[in-house]
Amino acid sequence: MNRNLLNLFAAVLLMFVLWGCNQTEQATLPAATPSGPVRGDTFIEASIGDASNLLPVLSSDSASSDISSLVYSGLVRYDKDLKIEGELAESWQVSPDRLTITFNLRKGVTWHDGAPFTSADVLFNYQLYTDPKTPTAYAESFRQVASAETPDPYTFRVTYNEPYAPALISWGMPIHPKHLLEGKDITKSPLSRQPVGTGPYRLSAWSAGEKIVLEANPDYFEGQPYIKRIVYRIIPDQSTQFLELKTGSLDFMGLTPLQFDRQTDTGAFSRLFNKYNYLNFGYSYLGYNLRSPFFQDKRVRQALTYAIDKQEIIDGVLLGYGRVATGPYKPDTWVYNAQVKTYGYDPIKARQLLADAGWVDTDNDGIVDKDGQALAFTIVTNQGNDLRAKSGEIIQRRFREVGVDVQLRIIEWATFLKEFINPGNFDATILGWTGGPEPDQYNIWHSSKTGPRQLNFINYKNQEVDDLLERGRRTFDQQQRKAYYDRFQEILAEEQPYTFLYIPEALPAVAKRFRGIEPAPAGIRYNFNHWYVPEDEQKYSR
Amino acid sequence: MLQRRQSFWRTVIWQRLRHNRMALAGAGIVLGMFLLAALASLSGSDPSAIDVSQSLQPPGLKHPLGTDDLGRDVLLRLLYGARISLLVGFVAVGISCLIGIAFGALSGFYGGWVDTLIMRFVDIMLCFPTFFLILAVIAFLNPSIWNIMIVIGMTSWMGVARLVRAEFLSLRERDFVLAARALGASDLCLIFRHILPNALSPVLVSATLGVAGAILTESALSFLGIGVQPPTPSWGNMLIVGKQTLGSAWWLSVFPGLAILITVLGYNLLGEGIRDALDPRLKD
Amino acid sequence: MLQYLIKRLLMMIPLLLGITLITFVVIHLAPGEPTDLQTQMNPEASSELQERLRVYYGLDQPLPVQYVRWLGRLIRFDFGESFALDHRPVLDKITERLPVTVLLNLLSILVILAVAVPLGVLSAVRRNSLFDRATTVLVFVGFAMPSFWLALLMMDWFGVRLGLLPISGIKSLGYAYLSFGGQMLDRVQHLILPVFISAIGGLAGFSRYMRSNMLEVIRQDYILTARAKGLSERVVIYRHALRNALLPVITILGLSVPGLIGGSVIFETIFAIPGMGKLFYDGVMMRDYPLIMGILVMGAILTLVGNLLADISYALADPRIRHSQGDGQ
Repeated sequence: MNRNLLNLFAAVLLMFVLWGCNQTEQATLPAATPSGPVRGDTFIEASIGDASNLLPVLSSDSASSDISSLVYSGLVRYDKDLKIEGELAESWQVSPDRLTITFNLRKGVTWHDGAPFTSADVLFNYQLYTDPKTPTAYAESFRQVASAETPDPYTFRVTYNEPYAPALISWGMPIHPKHLLEGKDITKSPLSRQPVGTGPYRLSAWSAGEKIVLEANPDYFEGQPYIKRIVYRIIPDQSTQFLELKTGSLDFMGLTPLQFDRQTDTGAFSRLFNKYNYLNFGYSYLGYNLRSPFFQDKRVRQALTYAIDKQEIIDGVLLGYGRVATGPYKPDTWVYNAQVKTYGYDPIKARQLLADAGWVDTDNDGIVDKDGQALAFTIVTNQGNDLRAKSGEIIQRRFREVGVDVQLRIIEWATFLKEFINPGNFDATILGWTGGPEPDQYNIWHSSKTGPRQLNFINYKNQEVDDLLERGRRTFDQQQRKAYYDRFQEILAEEQPYTFLYIPEALPAVAKRFRGIEPAPAGIRYNFNHWYVPEDEQKYSR
Repeated sequence: MLQRRQSFWRTVIWQRLRHNRMALAGAGIVLGMFLLAALASLSGSDPSAIDVSQSLQPPGLKHPLGTDDLGRDVLLRLLYGARISLLVGFVAVGISCLIGIAFGALSGFYGGWVDTLIMRFVDIMLCFPTFFLILAVIAFLNPSIWNIMIVIGMTSWMGVARLVRAEFLSLRERDFVLAARALGASDLCLIFRHILPNALSPVLVSATLGVAGAILTESALSFLGIGVQPPTPSWGNMLIVGKQTLGSAWWLSVFPGLAILITVLGYNLLGEGIRDALDPRLKD
Repeated sequence: MLQYLIKRLLMMIPLLLGITLITFVVIHLAPGEPTDLQTQMNPEASSELQERLRVYYGLDQPLPVQYVRWLGRLIRFDFGESFALDHRPVLDKITERLPVTVLLNLLSILVILAVAVPLGVLSAVRRNSLFDRATTVLVFVGFAMPSFWLALLMMDWFGVRLGLLPISGIKSLGYAYLSFGGQMLDRVQHLILPVFISAIGGLAGFSRYMRSNMLEVIRQDYILTARAKGLSERVVIYRHALRNALLPVITILGLSVPGLIGGSVIFETIFAIPGMGKLFYDGVMMRDYPLIMGILVMGAILTLVGNLLADISYALADPRIRHSQGDGQ
């Protein structure tokens, strides 16, 4: 649970990515010839933690999300190029005023228990997500809805008060079965351990703390996936996972940079596995608490950014498997602005900017000071994320070189949130956000989101940014939206409320016997249902 | 009294220790670790100095024990780790001895319901899987080296309390105590001046072994990531990286582990040696 | 004997009370409120929701009232509901994980006994022989061994390099399809490393203890008498001495239970064993208060049971207690 911490906060954003990783249209399926795809075999991967709850409305851990993404479907999803395509919805129409979306649902879809899927299920999910009694982290986007209706069993219509750009993709959230959940206390539902969805796989066994087994759904509406069984083994330690991988007991693992770079270049490993690397959605940052008197002056924040050698962190911590981050968006997306101000490693400039802001070392103790106070603060980060802790160690040293004294505190996640982040009781923090193709950053940067337990915990308040974010989420035209978000990125780059550190690469290794893997902007897992193992290479016959 | 005790220590114990090769080896290791820890302070180098270009260098001339993933010198970090281990070991044991002696003395000296109460408390504390208790408390208090020492101390005093109580029970009926009491010595005076000094030898054994136990506990906690926090080097948290590089950078897992093994071994040998010296029944 | 047993059981009641009290105090000394984390999962949780949760968990009551209520529920084996996202009853979660941990600990106790007793006895009998010296060295090394480190090395060596043993987990993937013999073999293979690692510290301690016990017993008058009577050395050692040297071992064995259970946190995490130690570690990390309290109490009860079993075996083995109608101890 601790490893994928940011998703607790960025839960909504993350869900979009996860639900985006399913499968493509059946039409793109290669024809099943004798040498082509065949059914069978088992795909074994590991999970750091056990799944907590297989009702996606309630869960926020990555293990549960991974499994739910195979068991459930949403109305829409991202395709391999991160464009929105239909899943349970066959097609949809957006009204000219951008306020109403009408979904035409697939016919003949059944739940895993055989019951038919209809628009009543979708309406129920809208009510479920927005019910104040449902303890969910995903209600926000559904709150924008003014009304929802079901003109017939295969049509679902939803109306918004104002145009809402992320509306369409918000219907990528997994749809729960109405006939099993209606009128019951969702938190007590047995479905949290025996989920019933419409997805390509069904839960077949779950031994707590040991493994979760999924079986291919023969009635899946896009056809039964080739791989017959998926096993999630719960192995709480990444090093143990890696040992298991090396012996061939696992078929898939997201490697650490250290493993990817230094521990997999043996002949034995490359005989068994293919390695992939591609840029993730999501970035790590050093966020400054703008309530603190230290960080009021943007020159101080700029100076600190100049003092950090981002490339050194990427080389040292990610062993080169990452890119320098300059803002909240990934470089290869349409919304990314490549023209913003950048800050190369420049300690002299950093000292200069600090001096301009009044911070000079007057007492020759090596630490700059102003009005008798030394520039000394604490960076907090959460435990369980090795990359962040190491980045912190590197930053600590670089800051010291420009006369800034920094303590590093690594705190267990629950305490970290409760005692530092939520009450705004910290100087600076190293954290990360996981995002997706949807560029709406309202929850993280808007001045209305600075309250307790909200995501703008660094207390960033900028009138122009507020305005741009509001316009951005109300605008459907991509060109127009980009103009807003370009300006938004320029302001962030100038003001440096965060020092954007790096975007890490995903580094998966997959057993060689699996075919049909086609790396795309969406990664490699998006077409998992089309992966297969040639008959003579199948490893697990039962 | 003082005189008598000192000569007892000097002659009998020392004589016996000197002829116990294992105890000598233990003492040698313990002393050696002290020297190494002191050396670390004297070297003046920074164990957290990062040099990414030097990462994961195998042992060689420049780095006798290699470097870790951030290019830090393993030998230097081991030496600093020795300081942490010694600090944790001694402070934790100090705390546990203080608590144990206080409870044991009260219990043994006064007897009656005080004794019953304290001993039941000891029984209860002994029922908890200590590591569970430590884990729970550390996680709530946030891991820091001081919290670790306090918690280890507070969960390991029971043995000392029992030992001290037993000594007190037998000593309080001895002639010299009865004599002092007859002369009107106060309870405090009796406890501190007359009984306690004579009850301490078994505590010494238990404390020496306790240091070994505390070092092991600290390293296990740090290994689980809830002990000493980076960048402070501790043998336990160095093994986290060792675990990640198992099979590709053997020096990162072998050396810190050996350091723990040897140090703990040293304290155990010394403790056993002192025990044999104090209780020569088993020796020829 | 029955009377002894009853008395022994009655004595457990105040201990149990004390255990629950200490557990309760430790958890409630922690800063913050248990409901904080739960509502954190839900950024939109209103203060009203938090208040509802507080009432639900009885946190609005004064501490003594909370304690008595909690105790009342414990007596009915109601450990409460986990704070984790699955909201399952704590008791279910524990009972699901308990058997593995108990099995592993029982096995390591068996291994400890099976290896440490002969080792200790032989060392004592052949005192100062090469065997004794070698054992002594091994024992000291074993006792000082950081078990998590040894676990790493052995996983790498036996699991990866030699490929002899499985690295983690408790059974193979195809377990259900194996023959009965195959299943047994599979189980055994998975258990070898964890049991060895969890036993190693105790093994060393015990054989040392056994050795010194044996040495002491051999010196006793009745052994000298037995020797003087002309009994063979075998009979003297294995019939008379061993029996008496074993007695205190039983008690120590009982006392070692909490250490073994506590150690399970480490090796269950390393070997990916779904036992109580791992459950506890996860619970602590998530601040799942009911679960933490439940496992602390459960761990202590296990220890009590261990001690009780040890005392009963002691009583059965030692005629003085067997016949003394619950006097003494």
